[in-house]
Amino acid sequence: MLKIENLSCNYRQIIALSDVSLHINRGEIVSLIGANGAGKTTLLRAISGLQNTKKGKIYFEGSDIAKLESHDIAKLGIVQIPEGRGLFSILSVEENLRLGAYIRSDKDVQNDIEKIYIQFPILKEKRKEYAGTLSGGQQQMVAVGRALMSRPKLLLLDEPSMGLAPIVVEEIFRAIKELRDKGTTIFIVEQNAFLALSITDRAYVLENGKIVMSGNSNELLRDERVKEAYLGA
Amino acid sequence: MLKRYNISQDIIVLAILLFIAPFFFQNDFIYEIAIVSLLNALICVGLNMLMGYAGQVSLGHGAFAGLGGYIAVILSSNYGISPLFSIFIAIVTMAIFAFIISKPILKLRGHYLAMATLGVGIIISIVLNVEDELTGGSDGMSVDSFSVFGYEFTDSLQWYILCAVLLIFTIWMFKNLINSPFGRVLKSIEGSQKAANSVGINVSHYKSVVFVISVVIATLAGSLYAFFSGFISPSEASFSHSIELVVMVVLGGLGRVYGAIIGAVILTILPQLLTSFEDYQTLIYGAIIIFVMMFMPKGIASLFDDIKRRLFAQNK
Repeated sequence: MLKIENLSCNYRQIIALSDVSLHINRGEIVSLIGANGAGKTTLLRAISGLQNTKKGKIYFEGSDIAKLESHDIAKLGIVQIPEGRGLFSILSVEENLRLGAYIRSDKDVQNDIEKIYIQFPILKEKRKEYAGTLSGGQQQMVAVGRALMSRPKLLLLDEPSMGLAPIVVEEIFRAIKELRDKGTTIFIVEQNAFLALSITDRAYVLENGKIVMSGNSNELLRDERVKEAYLGA
Repeated sequence: MLKRYNISQDIIVLAILLFIAPFFFQNDFIYEIAIVSLLNALICVGLNMLMGYAGQVSLGHGAFAGLGGYIAVILSSNYGISPLFSIFIAIVTMAIFAFIISKPILKLRGHYLAMATLGVGIIISIVLNVEDELTGGSDGMSVDSFSVFGYEFTDSLQWYILCAVLLIFTIWMFKNLINSPFGRVLKSIEGSQKAANSVGINVSHYKSVVFVISVVIATLAGSLYAFFSGFISPSEASFSHSIELVVMVVLGGLGRVYGAIIGAVILTILPQLLTSFEDYQTLIYGAIIIFVMMFMPKGIASLFDDIKRRLFAQNK
């Protein structure tokens, strides 16, 4: 579904990504793990068109999207939940969800909002409140809900666990898993390697802008090098 | 439904206040200040949409208002075109101008955007000073009286009513716009450009549209000001006028519809009270911005919220 070939990105002289290649199959849930500053967010931004690429190709369903504008990429069905959630804080929870459906023109939007309220009942209670006044966990739920409202083909998540209490993280990850079970393809960037590896099918390990390892998440969980570098064992 | 009702309610209150106000105006000088306040408020409503909702700072709106005013004045005084039609042409011209410059300028953010609008503003002001055959240079030029379909605007009350009606109408449009899908898109851009992009919103397009709307409103107000005062000079388009407008919006409250009016009224009256400090005006404005940012970043309009909340809490 998504195929990245030899992608490189620079910030001025600093190389953020060099020769990154990876692929994500339809229906898969794949993670990218790595330390702070490894280039994880840059890669997600490049896929979404928020970051200029220096060379390389990004194919989505067969066509190269590396040079498209970000809002056009969103229309193709790639939706990102940015790091720090990027909520529209002066809009209500429900308005945030509704804007998630910005690119849709069908009549099912209200139905989908109800579905999200079933998944996250707290959001129904808070639906008239400004998104900016919610707790971190609730905001992450709004961000996930907003992304789902576009009925994405590929959902990109940037550090969904960041700044959240462990119990909230569990809830968010349970929701992510349910989404995958319903057929959404998901790509997660996550610093918490254990968490990411435990819910994904496959994973890539990024170090200093290069992919240094890849494989089944289960195997990576048992890999000595991964254990030492990322799992703190 | 309730929301709509509330909107018309505040506008009615505003209309009543504006209607009662002239009974307390004892002389032409006070009228003049009131009219200038209304026109500044008009520009601020547009600028507030750009700054408070779309999150884009402009340090060039004084220059846009001035240039728009010059276009209208030159067309009517030098070419004999009727004032109303001159203003219309000025608006169309400035809208096209704003649309063209918005494309490169609004790609910038934060300080860089502010610097770019500042640059455009200064260029406009230099051109108005230098092109003296057309503009009268730094001495400015006198302006013919204003008439609409033969009806002449001569006394202050007529001007006051015209400006008040325009302001009420603009606010009514503004409120409807902010609570429409278009307004939600603007608020989303203010919240997070990245996220707005990633739900498929063409952020740069919307920023351009708001920029154009705000420049159109500035042009209208700038032209009317020139016709009202019977005179226009490059100082209307100066950097300090642009700063003044930004201070009005910030003081009143970013993203607050009525904040812009409060800011405009206070900062139009204040210089009259501080005439002996004229040399320090820009300094005082700077101090106001710092003070507002430190102690009430949401502006004066937010103080009313606090008062309302306290009253409400007591009733409970």
